[in-house]
Amino acid sequence: MAMLEVKNLSISFGGLHAVDDFSVTIEKGELYGLIGPNGAGKTTVFNLLTGVYKPTEGKISLDGKDITGKNTIEINRAGIARTFQNIRLFKNMPVLDNVKTGFHNRYRYSTVSGILRLPRYRQVENTLNERAMEILKVFDLDKEAAILAGNLPYGKQRKLEIARALATEPRLLLLDEPAAGMNPNETGELMETIRFVRDHFDMTILLIEHDMRLVAGICEKLSVLNFGRLLAQGETAEVLSNPDVITAYLGE
Amino acid sequence: MDKSLEIIRRMKNRTLKNHLITYLIVIVFYVVIQVLINTGNLSSLLTGLLVPICVYVIAAISLNLVVGISGELSLGHAGFMCIGAYTSAFFSNAVGDGLPEIPRFILAILIGAVCAGLFGVLIGIPVLRLKGDYLAIVTLAFGEIIKNLVNVVYMGIDSNGLHISTTTAMDLHMEPGGKQIIKGALGISGTPRNSSFTAGIILILITLFIVQNLISSRSGRAIMACRDNRIAAESIGIPVTRFKLLAFAVSAAMAGVAGVLYSHNLATLNTKKFDYNTSILVLVFVVLGGIGNIRGSMIAAVILTALPEMLRFLSNYRMLIYAIVLIVMMLFNWAPAARTWRERMREKLPFKKKAAAGKEEA
Amino acid sequence: MSFLTYLKDGISLGSVYAIIALGYTMVYGIAKMLNFAHGDVIMVGAYTALMMITRAGLPALPAVLIAMATCTILGITIEMVAYRPLRKAGSPLAVLITAIGVSYLLQNIALLAFGADGKTFINVVSLPSLNLFDGQLVISGVTIVTVLANIVIMICLTLFVKKTKRGRAMQAVSEDRDAAQLMGVNVNGTISLTFAIGSALAAIAGVLLCSAYPVVTPYTGAMPGIKAFVAAVFGGIGSIPGAMIGGILLGVIEILGRAYISSQVADAIVFGVLIIVLLVRPTGLFGKNVQEKV
Repeated sequence: MAMLEVKNLSISFGGLHAVDDFSVTIEKGELYGLIGPNGAGKTTVFNLLTGVYKPTEGKISLDGKDITGKNTIEINRAGIARTFQNIRLFKNMPVLDNVKTGFHNRYRYSTVSGILRLPRYRQVENTLNERAMEILKVFDLDKEAAILAGNLPYGKQRKLEIARALATEPRLLLLDEPAAGMNPNETGELMETIRFVRDHFDMTILLIEHDMRLVAGICEKLSVLNFGRLLAQGETAEVLSNPDVITAYLGE
Repeated sequence: MDKSLEIIRRMKNRTLKNHLITYLIVIVFYVVIQVLINTGNLSSLLTGLLVPICVYVIAAISLNLVVGISGELSLGHAGFMCIGAYTSAFFSNAVGDGLPEIPRFILAILIGAVCAGLFGVLIGIPVLRLKGDYLAIVTLAFGEIIKNLVNVVYMGIDSNGLHISTTTAMDLHMEPGGKQIIKGALGISGTPRNSSFTAGIILILITLFIVQNLISSRSGRAIMACRDNRIAAESIGIPVTRFKLLAFAVSAAMAGVAGVLYSHNLATLNTKKFDYNTSILVLVFVVLGGIGNIRGSMIAAVILTALPEMLRFLSNYRMLIYAIVLIVMMLFNWAPAARTWRERMREKLPFKKKAAAGKEEA
Repeated sequence: MSFLTYLKDGISLGSVYAIIALGYTMVYGIAKMLNFAHGDVIMVGAYTALMMITRAGLPALPAVLIAMATCTILGITIEMVAYRPLRKAGSPLAVLITAIGVSYLLQNIALLAFGADGKTFINVVSLPSLNLFDGQLVISGVTIVTVLANIVIMICLTLFVKKTKRGRAMQAVSEDRDAAQLMGVNVNGTISLTFAIGSALAAIAGVLLCSAYPVVTPYTGAMPGIKAFVAAVFGGIGSIPGAMIGGILLGVIEILGRAYISSQVADAIVFGVLIIVLLVRPTGLFGKNVQEKV
């Protein structure tokens, strides 16, 4: 069964079809890319998948379960986590706590046991600290655990956002322009990390990216959006040599 | 692995040290004041201010939970204090000598906290959908509504149970042996004066315990996550409204406790003190002490409550001076120009290192 | 007939709220701050007019003009000294507390200058009352002037904001301050102008309020200031017709509540209506809905 199955997804804002009849199937463990010129509706697709917007038409199912029309919180609990194009960290909290907050629905104890520091609090907090550190290590952020997230350099903030999303233990990870603002070195490193995350966490990843080197380098399959409509879909090499795609990008 | 454990250990220790220092400050304050009282070095005016200081410290801690930790502006905290004050005073008067003093006061505190907390939930559910100044004006409105409504309530108790009226005392239709407790605009008189400086300090310590432990727990992190970035918090599955409500209700309950302490310190209780000016006063403590800085808001509450008394020698000019001090302090603390100037001065001074360390802490 | 009398009183009081709210809504729209001192500017306006009439012996009109000039200067000064330095501080709370400080300051200066006791205000309107329905409905000169002033002010403000260059600059700054600056709008000047207009309106409102309720104390402006903000929120912050309708509705609700329910809970009713309006329409009756982009 496919991890993500999107059928005929559409949304319009006051007559404007931001996304029109978009369908995609992503298999478990795939690294899938969503590309297209600016304003093509890529982030809108993410917002539809994560329940920020409700689709006017279409159906979304995750691992066979229909999640169409559910809200952001329910969708995260169902197993989709995301990052944002404009980084959204908990800036006034330490790096470690950003990741620990990500575990919110995975490791629980009540408010009262937290206030009274009952044994359950200690036990869960210890697990949380260990697990959070494990994830931070993957992103080489463990040494910065005590620093406020807002004080991290830009590239590391992007990584921390991925780390926090992973902490929700999703089945599908959505990355919105993870390499934006990174230099070629950092991008190279990020590609390694994304591959590692897929293999190590057994993750399915859908990402939006403008950096063609990254897209060609790690994505196995691609969908190309243009003016809210699907322009091309398939194996990366095939799609990138598609004349329509080349026109859409160069004609811009 | 060792390295990361070391980092976690250091973070834990820092939090723990921070909490302990806060408790310690309160205890030292208590001891110093006790010594001053016993050696006769505290003026009767300041002695009379000790319980009000505790009231405002608790109120400031409580409001800081909403403003600093949860990131929402509330201008209605006096309303919650009012609920706590009235419900507990009603209870203490109704029970009278039916219970020994200490259990009765403890029960009164619990009742005040629970009632105020319930109102917090009741008000929080509709209003926490609003943001910023809209939330501020609506909480202010709720505070004024509570004050206005409490002002017209007449309530008494007799062998048939509770009697409530909103018109006159006569409408209570009480039996001859009954006790009329809340007398409309006249409020409640004859509440046992159980509040003391010691009780106030104990309540401050309990409030601190709750707030500090809450902040460094799962729920506290969720509350702060909602403050820092609502959309991101939702994206990782945190029900934002529920945690905003949690902070609001806990804060309301603690404001209620401040109200209990206040009402059990006065011979006559009325609603005059529970208007928006008190809410604003508490907000001033929170902002001057540093938004989200629990310790700072406590200290600001103590100083600003005592300041008008200490400025008494200035007679009519004292509130004028108070206003000017407030404006100047705000400009000095917050204006970017003043900040740059302070940085420059700091670099010239020898204790640069300490200042930098303090900054990292914040 | 008593209902009509109450309604008339409500519209009269509401018109005062509306005049204050017009200033408030402009200041809020442009400076994005709850200016708690706005109400106290009303009080300063009332005292100034009163002093000009009783001490200096001036006729009403010049006295009111001097009050307006005083408040205009006061408003600009407050903005420059207390609010402008904090504009880039990035904390709306800091400005809010400073505004509270300014409010305390104005109240205490008035307290020192005039004492805590109320001063009897002299009705500045010499217009005769209007008798309707054989004297059953008496509309005083103050009421007529207040309502007329409200309408004239609203029309002038609307024309000013829509038709003049400076008015459009105001709209631009309240929409997006940085963009306006980049487009060459003098942001500081525009904000000063807004405070000037708002404060002048506050002076007019102060004189009219105290002519209708002829006592002035250092705290006269505080509650009307808050209610005017409520009126502005009610109508939708930044909306000129919204402020006017909000103000009048508020006045009518307050007076009718006082007459038919209880004078003690009239304020509670006013605030209750505000809460209901905001819960149904979170941006007020005429407010625009802005959503955060993800």
